[in-house]
Amino acid sequence: MYPKNYKYSQEHEWVLLEGQTATVGITDYAQHSLGDVVFVELPKPGAKFSAGGVLGTVESVKAVSEIYSPITLEVTEVNAVLANAPEKINQDPHGAAWLLKGRATNPSEMAGLMDATAYEAFVAEKEKEEHA
Amino acid sequence: MSQPHAQPMSKATRHVSINERLLFEQSAPGKRGMELPPCDVPAVDAVEALGVEFSRGPVEHFPEVSEIEVVRHFTRLSTWNYAIDLGMYPLGSCTMKYNPRVNEFVARLEGLATEHPLQPVELSQGCLRILRTLEEVLEEVTGMDAVTLQPCAGAQGEYAGIAMIRAYLADRGNPRKKVLVPDSAHGTNPATAVTAGYEVVNIRSDASGRIDMAHLAEYATEDVAALMVTNPNTVGIFEQDIARAAEILHARGALLYMDGANMNALAGVARPGDFGVDVMHMNLHKTFSTPHGGGGPGAGPVAVKKHLEPFLPLPVLVEKAGGALGWDAHRPKSIGRLRAFSGNFGVLVRALAYALAYGPGMVEATRDAVLNANYLRKKLEDVYELPFRQPCMHEVVFSDARQKKHGVNTMDIAKRLIDYGFHPYTTAFPLIVPGALMIEPTESESRQELDLFVEAMRSIAAEAAETPELVKSAPHSTRVGRLDEVGAARKPVLRWTPGE
Amino acid sequence: MRYLPKSDAERRALLAELGLSSMDQLFDSIPAACRLERPLEVPGPFSEKEIIDYFRARAGENAADHTSFLGAGVYNHLRSVTADALLQRGEFLTSYTPYQAEISQGTLQAIFEFQTLMCQLTGQEVANASMYDGSTATAEAALMAVRISGRQRLVVSRALHPEYRQVVDTYAAHLGLVVAEVPFDARTGQTDLAALGSSLDAATAAVVLQSPNFLGALENVPQAAELTHASGALLVTAIAEAVSLGSVRPPAEADIVAMETQSLGLAPSFGGPFAGVIATRERYVRHMPGRLAGQTTDAQGRRGFVLTLATREQHIRREKATSNICTNQALCALAVTMHLALLGKEGLREMAAQNLAKARYALAELEKLPGVRRAFTAPFFNEVTVEFPASVRMINQHLLREKIIGPLPLGPYFPEQTKRGLLCVTETHSRGDVDRLVTATARALEAMGRGARAAVPAEAER
Repeated sequence: MYPKNYKYSQEHEWVLLEGQTATVGITDYAQHSLGDVVFVELPKPGAKFSAGGVLGTVESVKAVSEIYSPITLEVTEVNAVLANAPEKINQDPHGAAWLLKGRATNPSEMAGLMDATAYEAFVAEKEKEEHA
Repeated sequence: MSQPHAQPMSKATRHVSINERLLFEQSAPGKRGMELPPCDVPAVDAVEALGVEFSRGPVEHFPEVSEIEVVRHFTRLSTWNYAIDLGMYPLGSCTMKYNPRVNEFVARLEGLATEHPLQPVELSQGCLRILRTLEEVLEEVTGMDAVTLQPCAGAQGEYAGIAMIRAYLADRGNPRKKVLVPDSAHGTNPATAVTAGYEVVNIRSDASGRIDMAHLAEYATEDVAALMVTNPNTVGIFEQDIARAAEILHARGALLYMDGANMNALAGVARPGDFGVDVMHMNLHKTFSTPHGGGGPGAGPVAVKKHLEPFLPLPVLVEKAGGALGWDAHRPKSIGRLRAFSGNFGVLVRALAYALAYGPGMVEATRDAVLNANYLRKKLEDVYELPFRQPCMHEVVFSDARQKKHGVNTMDIAKRLIDYGFHPYTTAFPLIVPGALMIEPTESESRQELDLFVEAMRSIAAEAAETPELVKSAPHSTRVGRLDEVGAARKPVLRWTPGE
Repeated sequence: MRYLPKSDAERRALLAELGLSSMDQLFDSIPAACRLERPLEVPGPFSEKEIIDYFRARAGENAADHTSFLGAGVYNHLRSVTADALLQRGEFLTSYTPYQAEISQGTLQAIFEFQTLMCQLTGQEVANASMYDGSTATAEAALMAVRISGRQRLVVSRALHPEYRQVVDTYAAHLGLVVAEVPFDARTGQTDLAALGSSLDAATAAVVLQSPNFLGALENVPQAAELTHASGALLVTAIAEAVSLGSVRPPAEADIVAMETQSLGLAPSFGGPFAGVIATRERYVRHMPGRLAGQTTDAQGRRGFVLTLATREQHIRREKATSNICTNQALCALAVTMHLALLGKEGLREMAAQNLAKARYALAELEKLPGVRRAFTAPFFNEVTVEFPASVRMINQHLLREKIIGPLPLGPYFPEQTKRGLLCVTETHSRGDVDRLVTATARALEAMGRGARAAVPAEAER
């Protein structure tokens, strides 16, 4: 379910680092919690964010969620598809519905994120809490 | 596939009316619904009078319909609405009580509806006397020292209250940074605190649904301006430690703000001013019967203790020498003006009319409201999960825990309730009760109406266990089914355009 | 008590079900120290007749028998009793906010119609389902511009209604926004655009103008917009007299319009309740506060309406809400919708035309009095600043003796505008009303020794 080559934050974002380019999105758990996504607000290329900074928001009928940057980056590209088809986030959160790409200025931060196995366990714990 | 009703209806059903199109879709050039008396002065040419750069032609696509079409249009639309006049609204914290018709009559009187807010004060003494009398009634009911009737609604009243707290603390040298809000609070509370420039810190509720006093004591630092509390709280329970909470806050130089949305449980029984509240707002469209009208107008008066009086919003109603009433707009410490003119006067008239009808007997309404809520609690506690088992006040909160086992949640139950002729209760709030069913009958419900509601809820509980699909796909008896809210939010269509 | 549908026997029966013997026991959870142990000291109880008598008495202590020429944000216009009869249907009056769309389609469709009408009137692309009033709509519009632009400075015209301005100041103060003022031109009465141009900078989020402005002058919205946009700010235009849109070109170049709809079917009612509206470009819709009704379909493809984009609102976003507004002014907006449906395209145009005519007749007749003249050169709708040869307050005191409430003295608002008053004449004033105003003014001036032989309208001498 959760791609092995991605890393994951506690706020349910994923990041794929290839060289210096980071691709960021939200996880399947996040899209499921939100419900049907109706709108995504994303930054412009050139915007800089430190790890934990608010990149933008994902909005569903019932909730709005901030998207936090998993690592420090400078935005280079934003996924244009989402402007007209925000529902892609529900359909393919780990693939076609990536949110943005950026230049990772401090790649060592990746070490502080969870790998797929750890994230799966993290999510399993959360789901147990909710149904308690 | 699905049956409209599992049981025969005991209540009268609403009219089901034909489809009624939009006004614009019934429009035809040349039709009109209202004629004006002829102009008795020389006509002027608009373009000449204004200049071509300031003129416009007739408003494009503005409706052109006759009087009878307008009457039928809105009459038909009205038959699609539920209303208090038809039956109970069990909505928690909304206090959907009867809206007395005499209130409508007096608000429309010549000499009240006709008055201009900027007309000479000597010619407005009747209006000002109405306002002063209502202020006195609210001071007495809340046990506070002064009232402003300016705020247009509860949310604006809240804003005024927090702004006054801020001004008071700033006047003493430090406005502070944080406001404490219980996690059970209505969403306007934190939104208000932020609008007033504060950081919000959430305070836990304990296992009994009340504010966790240990958590409060820990978080009530010198950095905290206030605690915003609702009492009774949003699970319908009186915050028994509220006087103690006030002490803790006051000892740290902080203040206690009370959201008065639940005053229907307290009027004539307990007064917030007597248990340590410094400032509070009321919702006249709740406790004082002014009509909801589909979402407003309301009024959100704010009551304060003496130490906050200098900060009241402008203008302040004062008694001048000789007994005449007037406005005082020269108050240097005031938080300022919240709106033009002097409040939702028409709403305030209705609230006073309500108060005059009851007099001191207002306490009977409070008693019946609490009696009704407890009766519902008793009659439903064996079929719906009750997270807090002690007696409630004017509202009771259940959860959908038992129905969840069959895949039925609070939203589904609420929608199925529509098929039984009721408006849904408040779903999914307060947030501290997952899958909440928040029910407030008010004093306006007869035993018959309460029993019908109980019957409906018990029937739905049985359906949830035996035929859950029937509940999950409800409502079945409405003119339109569940509407696509997702589509509406993705591609919003917010106006009619020609050619649609 | 007639509002309580229970007999004492029924109360006892319900108490018995709860295992209680008295109503007092229902409040056992309230600590004794918190309880009120005496009856409330409030007037009443009153029967229906006594309530009506009380309010009739209060009504008699006001100005119902006077003819008023006041405007300044609250306007006397004709309203239809047909609309009021419809408004009082219980299904409208006593219904709740339309969160449960399936049983609120009446309210929701009417809101959708209201939103459409507001767009048509203002020339904007999208409008909300109402704010509290024009003054708060103006303040909220300014805050909206702050959110959209990310800037912190507001530039406000001195010709904005002073009470609207105070509200903007109140809201701005708590957010630490800078509010700068630009003057109006002493000759035209319009906002001084040269001064506006100089005031704009890279920190400016919005320019706030009103048209017609507080002095009655129509503003140069296209030019103001050009200047504003050139600096990257947004133009907010407030409209206090909505009937003006029946003759006056709407502020289509504005980014956000904040309008008071009281003129369109709501009684003056001593200042409220009214209904404000925010209308703007589609691209700003997610920054707009207040309720919105959107069109959608159900599973069978039937058209219906729902409240939408609610995630901007307080009950979902809590701390991150775009504003804390919860209630709107639904019933007032409905009254406006009904009124406009009856008035229609032709009726609105005709009403506006009568206002133009009556105001110009009044001005022309007053200008026949020595020393009385129009103060500003800009075009006006139904309100105009008139200069008198004497204190307006003193003249008004004379007028009151003849049961006329004269023009609003401007001195208290603008110290240099002494001897000037804001005169408003609408379709509700008959020619006779205006003639009486002129005659009474002439008499006042004479009594005050300023005019020699005041000219009197020919008809009055018959």
